[in-house]
Amino acid sequence: MSTYARRAWMILWKDVLTERRSKESLNALVFFSLLLLFIFQFALGPDRARVEAALPGLLWLGFILAGLLGLGRTFLIERENECWEGLVLTPGDKSAIYLGKLAGNVLVMAVVEAALLVLFAVFFGLDFTAALPQLAIVLTLGTLGLSALGTLFGAIAAQVRARELLFPVLLLPAVVPVLLGSVSATQTVLLGQPLGEAAPWLKLLAAADLIYLVVGILTFEFVLEG
Amino acid sequence: MIQAEHLRKTYGRTTILDDVSLELGAGEGLTLLGANGTGKTTLLRIVATLLRPTSGSLRVAGIDAAREPEAVRSTIGMVGHGSWVYEDLTALENLRFWAVMGGHDAPEARLRDALKEVELDGVAEQRARTFSSGMKRRLTLARVLLGRARVLLLDEPYTGLDRTGRKWLGEFLLGFKARGGALVMATHSFDAGVGIADRVAILSAGRVVLDRPAAELGREDLHRLYDDLAGAPGASS
Amino acid sequence: MAARALGWLAIVALVGGLGAALGYAPREAVQGNVQRIMYLHVPAVLTAYLAFGLVVVGSVGYLLTRRPGWDRMALAAAEPGVLFTGVTIVSGSIWGKPTWGTWWTWDARLTSTAVLFLVYVGYLLLRGMVEEPDRRARYAAVVGILGAANIPIVHFSVKWWRALHQPSSILGPEPSPVAAPIMVALLVNWVAFTLLFAYFFAKRIEIARLEEPHAG
Repeated sequence: MSTYARRAWMILWKDVLTERRSKESLNALVFFSLLLLFIFQFALGPDRARVEAALPGLLWLGFILAGLLGLGRTFLIERENECWEGLVLTPGDKSAIYLGKLAGNVLVMAVVEAALLVLFAVFFGLDFTAALPQLAIVLTLGTLGLSALGTLFGAIAAQVRARELLFPVLLLPAVVPVLLGSVSATQTVLLGQPLGEAAPWLKLLAAADLIYLVVGILTFEFVLEG
Repeated sequence: MIQAEHLRKTYGRTTILDDVSLELGAGEGLTLLGANGTGKTTLLRIVATLLRPTSGSLRVAGIDAAREPEAVRSTIGMVGHGSWVYEDLTALENLRFWAVMGGHDAPEARLRDALKEVELDGVAEQRARTFSSGMKRRLTLARVLLGRARVLLLDEPYTGLDRTGRKWLGEFLLGFKARGGALVMATHSFDAGVGIADRVAILSAGRVVLDRPAAELGREDLHRLYDDLAGAPGASS
Repeated sequence: MAARALGWLAIVALVGGLGAALGYAPREAVQGNVQRIMYLHVPAVLTAYLAFGLVVVGSVGYLLTRRPGWDRMALAAAEPGVLFTGVTIVSGSIWGKPTWGTWWTWDARLTSTAVLFLVYVGYLLLRGMVEEPDRRARYAAVVGILGAANIPIVHFSVKWWRALHQPSSILGPEPSPVAAPIMVALLVNWVAFTLLFAYFFAKRIEIARLEEPHAG
């Protein structure tokens, strides 16, 4: 493995190990998803048809809210353990750190999204199994974009005092295309239509993901400096 | 090993460092004395390439820090205020992480050797959360050892160490110098710093007001000079 | 000095533009006089895009050279840029009110512009939260670059999203052959707005220079 890849892998390994041992974030995020479910239900009222109609939007609303919490904490571990300087002094291309963190975030989001899907299925008596493979594709594309933005902005917000305020302010406007594309494509899939119907949206998501990744990789070193 | 010339660091209207020049050769130890706020940490961070100076030049191990900061970073070991210790990882895992991040080879045998040198081999598989601050400091030094640093920058390294720890650190630093490394230690703790120093510099209000070989200065002289000169903390407006 | 000259030029051009918009340009057949607000709306959005183009240039310039002048450029362009974007949105909303009956219907182009507004307000908020000049410039540059890269994506996503529900913008001008007086009025106002922007831009750079005495 090249040094670059090893570094990215090391970051991922470290974050996964830490999460597994401290169990801080993931448990709370999954529980948060459960809470969201109740909030959505109470906000929309008992009419089940209403919830079903709003389902794609609710799903992504849930993902984004969980993302605001989870992605904002991307570099918290470095701050708390006073390791930030260590990362700054890492030789070589810093974007390896960005990719390692991104991978970790995608994993976290994947777990949360899976949990939310299961919860929705259970609580609203929905059946996603038929659409699952297509849904997985849409979720992957959308989550990649969300995480790419969240990791970059998370690095900036981590270094600013008002970070809990700044992070949503930066992330939400930027994530609009991802939201629009993902919700539309999810809608298509959940209606049982073939994935090809959503092709323009998927292409848009893929293009957005690529652009966000490239900008993230190119600019991360400027964010990470001391 | 270190050649700093006319370093200046300003933040807007505040001047932290004002025309600082220093030179340090291999195997030499420089102790930077000064009250809090005189710019010691800023100077160290500039040498570590964590900060860019507003003006002035810096060469570390012959490398121009402005042109090739990355190359400089591979020669430097830093023991700063933060410990760089991930609390949920074991000592061994911490070392492994920083070794790979630093681009060094990290076979387990080497990691364990480093732990042995800092007398942490007994707790290699323990999570760092359980460590005392002295142990964390030693873990940091193991990291530095692994990194094969040629220049060591220490910012208040004696803080939080008990007597055994202080003695240990002193021996470690002497050994480092004996192997040809250069070190710069910033401290406001007068006694600790002077023991290992070949040269002593006093920083006051962002300027070097004294820079002499330690041998020239008797203990009492240094105390007196320090009290006279190391008074005012930095910022001139 | 240059700023003041720009200011006077801008005032002259604006007066001319106002005259052209209200007097010289013809009254539109279908929408009536409210359509004249186009002479405010279109130049405003063009100027806003000019502004954000400058933000990107300044952002990239700073990241590559670390010279404060580039960051000043980005800041001096972003603030008027947000202002002109706001004018675009408000004027667009007023324009649509008689046709739509409400102040806002998530029209595709207006929505895209609104998202742009949110991105750059976020940019300014970020700048307000970081005191140290180098860090502030770096973080702002990254956000500025991402914001600009996102513009086409936002544009398409919103356009397609609206197309699902209703035809694209009701707001003109459509690419049909446009009469000469309309073009003239648009042009005059566009020049006027650009001059006004240039005045704000130059003034803001002056102020920024005074606020932070840099070595470079």
